[in-house]
Amino acid sequence: MKRSVRNKIYDKVFEIIGYTATFFGLIILLYFITDIVYEGWNRIDYDFLTSYTSRKAEKSGIFPAWVGSVWILALTLIISVPIGIASGIYFEEYAKKNKITYMLEVNIANLAGVPSIIYGLLGLEIFGRMFGFGSSILTGSLTLALLILPIIIVSTREALKAVPQSLRDASFALGASKWQTIWLQILPSSMGGVLTGTILALSRAVGETAPLIVIGALAYVPFIPSSPMDEFTVLPMQIFEWTSRPQHEFLINAAAAIIVLLCITFLMNGIAIYLRNKWQKKNQW
Amino acid sequence: MKEKKEQRTIIQSESINVYYDDKHVLKNVNLDIKEKTVTALIGPSGCGKSTYLRLINRMNDYIPEFHFSGTIVVNGKNIYDDSVEVEELRKDIGMVFQKPNPFPKSIYDNVAYGLKIQGIKNKTVLDEAVESSLKQAALWDEVKDNLKAGGLSLSGGQQQRLCIARALAVQPTILLMDEPTSALDPISSAKIEELIFELKKQYTIIIVTHNMQQATRVSDNTAFFYIGDLIEYGKTDELFMNPIHEQTKKYITGRFG
Repeated sequence: MKRSVRNKIYDKVFEIIGYTATFFGLIILLYFITDIVYEGWNRIDYDFLTSYTSRKAEKSGIFPAWVGSVWILALTLIISVPIGIASGIYFEEYAKKNKITYMLEVNIANLAGVPSIIYGLLGLEIFGRMFGFGSSILTGSLTLALLILPIIIVSTREALKAVPQSLRDASFALGASKWQTIWLQILPSSMGGVLTGTILALSRAVGETAPLIVIGALAYVPFIPSSPMDEFTVLPMQIFEWTSRPQHEFLINAAAAIIVLLCITFLMNGIAIYLRNKWQKKNQW
Repeated sequence: MKEKKEQRTIIQSESINVYYDDKHVLKNVNLDIKEKTVTALIGPSGCGKSTYLRLINRMNDYIPEFHFSGTIVVNGKNIYDDSVEVEELRKDIGMVFQKPNPFPKSIYDNVAYGLKIQGIKNKTVLDEAVESSLKQAALWDEVKDNLKAGGLSLSGGQQQRLCIARALAVQPTILLMDEPTSALDPISSAKIEELIFELKKQYTIIIVTHNMQQATRVSDNTAFFYIGDLIEYGKTDELFMNPIHEQTKKYITGRFG
C-alpha cells in the first residue's frame, strides 16, 4: 500500500476514535439528564420549592435545602474569594522565587487533589469542635472555602500570568507603584479569567456533599436558617437523603431536586462563560 | 571667538558594570549625555544598549538576576542611591517601548493615567494635559473627536504616538525610547522621527535603534556598544563619517551585526 493512502487511513481511524471519545461522555450525560427530567419534571412546582420536608413524599419540598445552598454559597464566596485572589496575587506578583515559595506552590497543587471528605474531617475538627461553631452554616462554608481555595488560587495565577509584561512595563515606566499597577492595570485586565475560575470553583462547592455530611449537616431541617450559626441542609444532602429511601415517590422528589441543582450549576457556568467572553473581547493585545 | 552656549550635562554615568548573575552585560561604561539632545545607542543585539537605557529609569530592578555597580547621576541626583524613590524618578524620565503598549483603556484614560496615579483628579487639569500631550505627540488632530475610543483600536503608528503622549503627560525631562519604530511601517516610522526632531527642543532623548539611517537622521550624538563595551561615543556625523574604531566602522557599514 502506498504510504499516502496508509496515512489517510490512519488519519480517518483516529478521527473516528476521537469522535467516539468525545461523544461517549456526552451521550451518558444526556441519557442521565433525560432520565432525571422525565422522572422529576412534573414534580417541580411552587409548593415543591416552598415546602419543608415531610414524611409524606408528595408533601415534601426543598425550601430549607435550596435556602441552605444559597446561604452556603454566599458565605463560601465571601470567605474564599478575597483570600484566594489575594494569595494568587501574592504568588504571581510578590513572592520571591525561592525554596519556600516553591514548597507553598507544590502544597497548594497537592491540596487541590485532596479528597473532599478529608476536608470535611478537617472542618469538623477545627471549625466545628476547636472553634465551637458546631454543625452550622459557618462551619460548612469555612470547610468548603478551604476546599475550593486551591482552585481559586491556581486560576487567579493563570489569569495574572496571561497579562503581558508590556502592560506592567508601561505602568511602571509612568511612575506607578506596584500596588497601583496591580490594582489599576493587571487586575482589571485579568478579571475575566479570575472570575471564571472563581465561579467554576463555587459551582463545585454547590455540589459537594461528603464534607457536609462529615461536619454534621442535617437532612431534616424543619426551619429556614436565619444566621450563619444555624444548622442547615443543602440540596445535595437532601438528594442523598431521598435517594436512600425505599419508596419510589421519594426518588421522584430526588430527581426534581437534582433538576434544580443542575439548573443552579448550569446557570453559574453560563455566567462564567459570559464573563470570560465579555472580558476577552475587551482586552486584545 | 564666541562659542555656542555649552549645554548642561543631564546624565552622567560613571564606571557602570551590570551583571545578570555571572553574565557581564555592561563593562565599565562611562557616558555623559547633554540636555536637549538626541543620543542614539547602536550596536548588535545583546550588546547592552537596552540594558543601559533601562538603567536610567531603573526598569532593570525587576529582573531578579540584575546586579549593578557604578553611579548614574540624573539632574544632579545619584539615582541608585537608597534615598531615591523609583516612582518619583520615573515621573521625570518617560519611556517608550519597542512594541506599542497602550493600556486596554480609552485614549483619554491612557494619557491621563500617569497623572491620575499621582492623585490628580481635577477634570480641567486632566483635560488640558491630555490635549497638550496629544498635540505634542502629533496625534491630537487624528483623535480629538474620539477620545473615548479604545487605545487599542488605533493603528500601530498611532498607538506608538499615543504611548509617547502618555509619557509626555507626566512632564518628564528625559525620554527613553527603546527601538520605538521597529514594529512600525515606514510611514509611521517617519512620523515618529519627525516627532523626535520636534520633541528635542524640550526633552533630552535617548533612543536605541537598529536602524543606522534612523540614527543618522534623528540623533546629535551616537554611542556604539559592542558586547558590553562602549566602543565609541561622539557626534553622530563624525562617528558615521570617520569612525575611530575598526569595530564601529564594520558595524555601521553593515559588515556584521
